[in-house]
Amino acid sequence: MSDPILTVEGLKAYYRVGQFGKNLDIRAVDDVTMQIERGEIYGIAGESSSGKTSLIKVLAAAIRPPLQVIDGSVRYDFGGRIIDPTKASKAELAEIRWKHLSYIMQGSMSVLNPVRRIEQTFRDFAQRPLGLSGAAFRARVEEHLDHLKLPTSVLRSYPHELSGGMRQRVTIGLATVCRPEFMIADEPTTALDVVVQKEVLSLLRTVQQEMGASIIFVTHDMSVHANMTDRIGIVYAGRLVEEGPTRTLFTQPKHPYTAHLVASLPMIGDTRPRPALEGRPPSLADPPKGCRFHPRCPMATEICSREVPPLESVGDRHRSACWHADEVRPLVEPAFDKAAGGVRA
Amino acid sequence: MLTTFRDLFRYNIEFRIGIVLVAIVTVFAGLSWFSPYPPEMIYVVVPDQPPSAEYWFGTNSRGQDLFWNLTFAFRNTLGFGLLVALLSRIISITVGMTAGYLGGWTDRALMFVNDIFVALPIFPILILFYFVLRNDLDMVTLAIIMACLGWPFDARLIRSVALGLRHREFTRQAIFAGMNPARIMFQEHLPFVMPIVFSTAMANMIWSIGFEVTLGVLGFTNLNIPTIGTTLYWANNHSALVVGTWWWIIIPVVLIVIAFLGLFLLAVSMNEHIDPRSRLRRMGTGV
Amino acid sequence: MSTILDVANVSKSFPSGGILSRNTVDAVVGADFQIEEDRPEIFTIVGESGSGKTTLARMILGLEAPSSGEVQFRGEPVSTSLGGRQRRAFMKAVQPVFQNPFEAFNPLKRVDRYIASTATAFRDLKGRKAVDEAMDEALVSVGLSLAEVRGRFPHELSGGQLQRAAIARALVCKPDLLVADEPVSMVDASLRMAIVNLLRSLRDDLGVSVIYITHDLATAYYISDRIIIMQKGRVVEMGPARAVLDDPQHPYSRLLKASVLSLDNPGGGDLTPARDLIAASDDVLARAGQSRLVDIGDGRRVRQYG
Repeated sequence: MSDPILTVEGLKAYYRVGQFGKNLDIRAVDDVTMQIERGEIYGIAGESSSGKTSLIKVLAAAIRPPLQVIDGSVRYDFGGRIIDPTKASKAELAEIRWKHLSYIMQGSMSVLNPVRRIEQTFRDFAQRPLGLSGAAFRARVEEHLDHLKLPTSVLRSYPHELSGGMRQRVTIGLATVCRPEFMIADEPTTALDVVVQKEVLSLLRTVQQEMGASIIFVTHDMSVHANMTDRIGIVYAGRLVEEGPTRTLFTQPKHPYTAHLVASLPMIGDTRPRPALEGRPPSLADPPKGCRFHPRCPMATEICSREVPPLESVGDRHRSACWHADEVRPLVEPAFDKAAGGVRA
Repeated sequence: MLTTFRDLFRYNIEFRIGIVLVAIVTVFAGLSWFSPYPPEMIYVVVPDQPPSAEYWFGTNSRGQDLFWNLTFAFRNTLGFGLLVALLSRIISITVGMTAGYLGGWTDRALMFVNDIFVALPIFPILILFYFVLRNDLDMVTLAIIMACLGWPFDARLIRSVALGLRHREFTRQAIFAGMNPARIMFQEHLPFVMPIVFSTAMANMIWSIGFEVTLGVLGFTNLNIPTIGTTLYWANNHSALVVGTWWWIIIPVVLIVIAFLGLFLLAVSMNEHIDPRSRLRRMGTGV
Repeated sequence: MSTILDVANVSKSFPSGGILSRNTVDAVVGADFQIEEDRPEIFTIVGESGSGKTTLARMILGLEAPSSGEVQFRGEPVSTSLGGRQRRAFMKAVQPVFQNPFEAFNPLKRVDRYIASTATAFRDLKGRKAVDEAMDEALVSVGLSLAEVRGRFPHELSGGQLQRAAIARALVCKPDLLVADEPVSMVDASLRMAIVNLLRSLRDDLGVSVIYITHDLATAYYISDRIIIMQKGRVVEMGPARAVLDDPQHPYSRLLKASVLSLDNPGGGDLTPARDLIAASDDVLARAGQSRLVDIGDGRRVRQYG
């Protein structure tokens, strides 16, 4: 019954650094298995150096040394066309880019060339995949921007002439103009102010729903996840530790790390003390044995420091990698079901 | 610092070659202390002998053993280069860091002076000094003059780094930790400037030795002091290539090229490796 | 009751454009508030980028001179051109915590050197042992210890530990006021609340007042006593934090609150932008020239126009 667009199995991607005679493996992605369905927004949450950026690099086929895929497979299914970005040739990748698979990055400046007008950037990326000639291409781009309610005058601007929010909206326009089936959004709103952030998120979700595309949405901000995603995968120290529908993760987390992330979010209208997590994320070069979270985990027992917990089903589409998954309870009673003080003023 | 040099030596091929080349010329210069003949004596051996087992580098038309004579020439030339580099570093660090950290009118005043020095025509000034001082122009005096002329470009470079450091958060943290400007400049900021100091020191040596050779060849230095410049001056004076004493020209030129190449490789490899960012990467934060 | 910090009608404008243009940008316009001596509080300045909150913080710290108005600390003007002795007395009492913990310490130096330097510079401590004790006391108050920090380079500590060490550095000279500019925005989610809770305990346990500068309304609500909300350099609303945020009056404050992503309905959130509030706050911004703050009771003030 499930028809995943992306299947990742047992993926391991390490940074192999040989410096000054010593070889060091940084296990940025360690044994990740997941599936992404057509038309869903799948959130990836994790803090800095959790390996989420490396995972995205592999999925986006942007693997450059020292990052290497050690094991496992990645499989995109674009309407029957199967592609593994870790093994595909350059020509194959060039064919799927933008047409089937596109990106929205944190710094729009890394996509928008600062010395080219927006229109030229659109041409550079999208003209070939769309296969349209000059005038027809221009008409198509204008129609698309119009549809996104962006002024077509931006096409004549240089990136620096636009505000940060407008630039990020243009990047969304660029990523969606070829109507790809899959988009990778890496912290697309992190640098934006709250008002603009909400507008950009709203735009992204609207186009996604219209096109029926899938999005992998990476951010460290759990409140963005709560509002944007259908499902979330929580990444800790290179491993997927919990995965499930967004609402389930927020209301019934089954991994102590998730429980902490969710409980530590303060809300307007709620002044209950919020717990804080002690310790620091482990080094990926020398992760702790067993469960990588155990040194910081309040529930850790002897087995946690000895054996790696498998990512196992704990409910409907809900998986958790914790030896004590059935004992995990929300740390702060969720306030959602009560009328939490008027957030919408 | 020491570990950096050790790592560089172990893992950087340019640095290793550079060290070997510089070591060759340094050891060669050091042999001057064992010379059987004092440098200023002439006609102590049979003139115009080609290189042989007895005279490794041959002898020149002035009756000097070229091997021993060149050891003195290198000692003087390298010593001169080092002294210029050392003195001009002191000036450029002081000016660059003060201008960059204090900013404001101090910066403007110092950079005004700096720009005057940049604009000065060095060669005519050096010749002027030669005509005024004549035989009083020894290597140390010449080094001091060169150092006073050789700092402004590097001072500007150091200033630009210091300017960037001034606006870093840790500088404000240091201010609020009660550190005074001198302490911030020399303890907090100097380590970031050192890579530039080292790599420009090598470039500065190449520059000053080049000038010394040029002045010497043209006869605008004290010709009684053996240096690479004066050696070439005397060779030219005795029409070495015409009368067939080629070794008098070729051997010093080859040796000075070795010295330049060595210094250049050191400058390049150090520049790349003492850079604090690559140092941090090596310590494992950049990944 | 005596005033420790008096920000009196302070404005700051910067020249903008090229050397030839005479345009100026008003970064802060007429900021005016006081912090009292014997009532430690967390005073929050909220605003988006370009609101002038960081410029205001820099003026309070004496890193920037106001174009008009004056910042006074215990009746003495705070200025960029203070003499050595006055400047030291000021720094002993007012200490900053900066935004980026990874930039707060020189990457080539050990972290404890800054704490030691602060302790010896501003406190009359005799001998190494006394300095060590003072350092340990400050570090323990932020949940670290001297043993953990001594001899460590910044890259050996996490963002959360570095930010705590930075706070300990500020605390070691026993200041009356801490100015914290976005202290948690660069700290990882799992470590963020530890820092926020720490700011709260500084107020409750050590009696230190904190000026907390942030763009995040949720943490502001969580820890603040009083709040001011800034829009493009102007204070548009101020008052007791909970009262202001529970029921904001100014269109811009209401827009900010409406834009905070709610956690009411995870997995099905409403992302519709508040178009009417955006229009309303743009409208008042255009008329900001003839506006003033008006008292509306309960210690609250709201900017009114026309």
